[in-house]
Amino acid sequence: MKTFTNLLLASAATLALTVAAAKADQLTVVSWGGAYTKSQVEAYQKPWMAKTGNTIVSADYNGGLAEVKSQVESGNVTWDIIDVEPSEAVSGCNDGLFEKLDLTKLPKGADGSDAKADFVPGALLDCAVGTIAYANIFGYDSTKFPGAKPTKVADFFDLKTFPGKRGMKKEAKVNLEMALMADGVAAADVYKVLATKDGVERAFKKLDTIKSSVVWWEAGAQPPQLLASGEVTMTTAYNGRLFTPMVTEGKPFVIVWDGQQQVFDMWAILKGSKEKAVAMDFIDFSTSTQPLADQAKYIPYGPTRKSSAPLVGKFMDGKTDMAPNMPTNPANMGNSLVQSVAFWSEHYDELNERFINWIGK
Amino acid sequence: MTTMELGAEGLKRRLARAERRGKWRAFLLVAPLLAFVLLSFAMPILTLVRQAAYNTLVSANLPKTTALISDWKVDAPVPEALCEALVVEMHAAKAIDPAIPSRIATFVNRERAGSLSHVKQVANADIQAPYCAGLAALNDDWAQPEIWRALKIVAPSLSPRFFLQALDFRLQADGSIREQDSDEALHLMLFRRTLWVAAGVTLACALLGFPVAYLLAHVSLRVSNMLLIVVLLPFWTSLLVRTTAWIALLQHNGVVNDTLVALRIIGEKGRLEMMYNMFATLVVMTHVLLPFMILPLFSVMKGINPNFTRAALSLGATPWTAFWKVYFPQTIPGLGAGCLLVFILAVGYYITPALVGGQSGQLISNIIAFHMQKTLNWPLAAAIGTILLLGVLALYWVYNRLIGIDKMKLG
Repeated sequence: MKTFTNLLLASAATLALTVAAAKADQLTVVSWGGAYTKSQVEAYQKPWMAKTGNTIVSADYNGGLAEVKSQVESGNVTWDIIDVEPSEAVSGCNDGLFEKLDLTKLPKGADGSDAKADFVPGALLDCAVGTIAYANIFGYDSTKFPGAKPTKVADFFDLKTFPGKRGMKKEAKVNLEMALMADGVAAADVYKVLATKDGVERAFKKLDTIKSSVVWWEAGAQPPQLLASGEVTMTTAYNGRLFTPMVTEGKPFVIVWDGQQQVFDMWAILKGSKEKAVAMDFIDFSTSTQPLADQAKYIPYGPTRKSSAPLVGKFMDGKTDMAPNMPTNPANMGNSLVQSVAFWSEHYDELNERFINWIGK
Repeated sequence: MTTMELGAEGLKRRLARAERRGKWRAFLLVAPLLAFVLLSFAMPILTLVRQAAYNTLVSANLPKTTALISDWKVDAPVPEALCEALVVEMHAAKAIDPAIPSRIATFVNRERAGSLSHVKQVANADIQAPYCAGLAALNDDWAQPEIWRALKIVAPSLSPRFFLQALDFRLQADGSIREQDSDEALHLMLFRRTLWVAAGVTLACALLGFPVAYLLAHVSLRVSNMLLIVVLLPFWTSLLVRTTAWIALLQHNGVVNDTLVALRIIGEKGRLEMMYNMFATLVVMTHVLLPFMILPLFSVMKGINPNFTRAALSLGATPWTAFWKVYFPQTIPGLGAGCLLVFILAVGYYITPALVGGQSGQLISNIIAFHMQKTLNWPLAAAIGTILLLGVLALYWVYNRLIGIDKMKLG
């Protein structure tokens, strides 16, 4: 009997401890894993946990909103914050999967500028706050082109001067815009042209010119592998994916910034999160000037606050300057585009059907 | 006499009662299993079909609009009452849940790209009578019939439009059906391609798996155990690792091409294109699915009495006749089971073809995953999934007629 009482006491004590532990708030933050999540943990999570005493559990996912939708619709929300792309942020917001965010409490920039003005255009949405901008660029293997080097987005489509296979993502987004820019459409007019039937025809016609030489990729890890194995001589890619082998392995890849298309990664809070206020506090903290600048130490993605740019230092190897490798670096922004969420939320289904149909022919 | 009859009657009744009780007990014993099958199998499929055909988003939140728009003729001018109902009900819906107007807007946008923001605006703008003019002032789109037609299509709660779309047809506002524009039609092409790939993989697995299973069944136990491990080893390796290994082998500068060039079988210019095409899809999927063919074949061959073949040979049959007329028919149950397994698994594959198949690597399951994950168009995904399921069931029926499902043996 005595042992039973002891057991009872012990379990009661454990229960009390668990309750006490749960009192300090715990957030589940979901992101893309790998080097990217690591950069967030180092720059955002650890300082925030040290400051507030709360804990963060990191989880990985592969993109898409299916898991979010089933959590919200079943009422069993176990994720609090998720890292999404703008298109998902908007369609999730439209579908009622994310909380509308109160953006008035975002801290001022380190230079004293108002938060709304400090963020680059497009980084603040109803349901999401942008943290980094990455770029869809194209890169080439410099050993394959000993003479003239590709410098412009049109060169990607020039099989005569720059022979060899091309890697492209198997999706309508990015490719259609790229085709139009290569065909001479100014970056500012791309979405105006693409909204017309003739514009769509024009984009596909341009893509037709290289279709037979394209190797289609699916996952972000593929382009550097395609370049390294010599499968293609030029490929579209996310800039960070080419940067890493260039800097850490000394691969002879070169990034062409002309015609780069920027996309944000953004924080959103799941509808029905039990820690909404704490989650918002984390978002306010992590999107303030210094954490955003710190993240660049670990990954070459540009901070979404203008006030963070001057604070960006060197890569974690201690010698590579990060600024020239940032999509948001003015020198890289000469001919650049911010991917339009408004356009794609209305035309994604239609153009993607067209694209898959085109690819299959 | 009467007492005896009564006694017989009573006995019969008691017997019947006992039997009934026995039946109840038996039913109670299988009830958990039945519940499990219903919950885990029948329910999800029914939910799938329901998801594709039935949705009350518009009709429940905009009831008056739904009633009015169903009476509206698509060529007639839009009546003021309809405009009023739309404006009033969109605001009311927004007050209940701010996400409802944008969900409705997404629905309309799927029928007519470019409508999303115009529909969403209605719930946010302050519009007073006259409502139709107010809507037109908000956006010129509302003065055109197209957006109203799209709204008319999505309004009914019960609609075949997703099934039609899954088969490359589109429902129109006047109730007629048109074919999908030829440059946007893709589902039938992908269904066809998926079935061909699955059939090709099944055939390849059967051709490769049969000799392997035969060997396994006819060598000593020690050797067959060893070989079985070799067959099963890929089973325990991650699918992505196996796929990547094939990329390393087959790509332009891969192991196979390098070897052929080093052996001077082909020249540097003549490297074979074995990656990012249909060939790669077939090779890799065959490799991944081969164990599902070998295992049932092996276990069936193990059980075949060798004396039958010996008897045939001793009665003067040639080895080929003995194999074809006596041995092979006995392997049909295993072959059938293997083919069915491989085929059904192959129909649902999509990661492998997407990674190695290049532009031919897009199969119908990719589209289902795409609509589940990216566009959140679950009704369309459900409709495509239902049609795929029906296709597989039809094949199963054909199989049953040709071979007989009772003859199938997994071991």
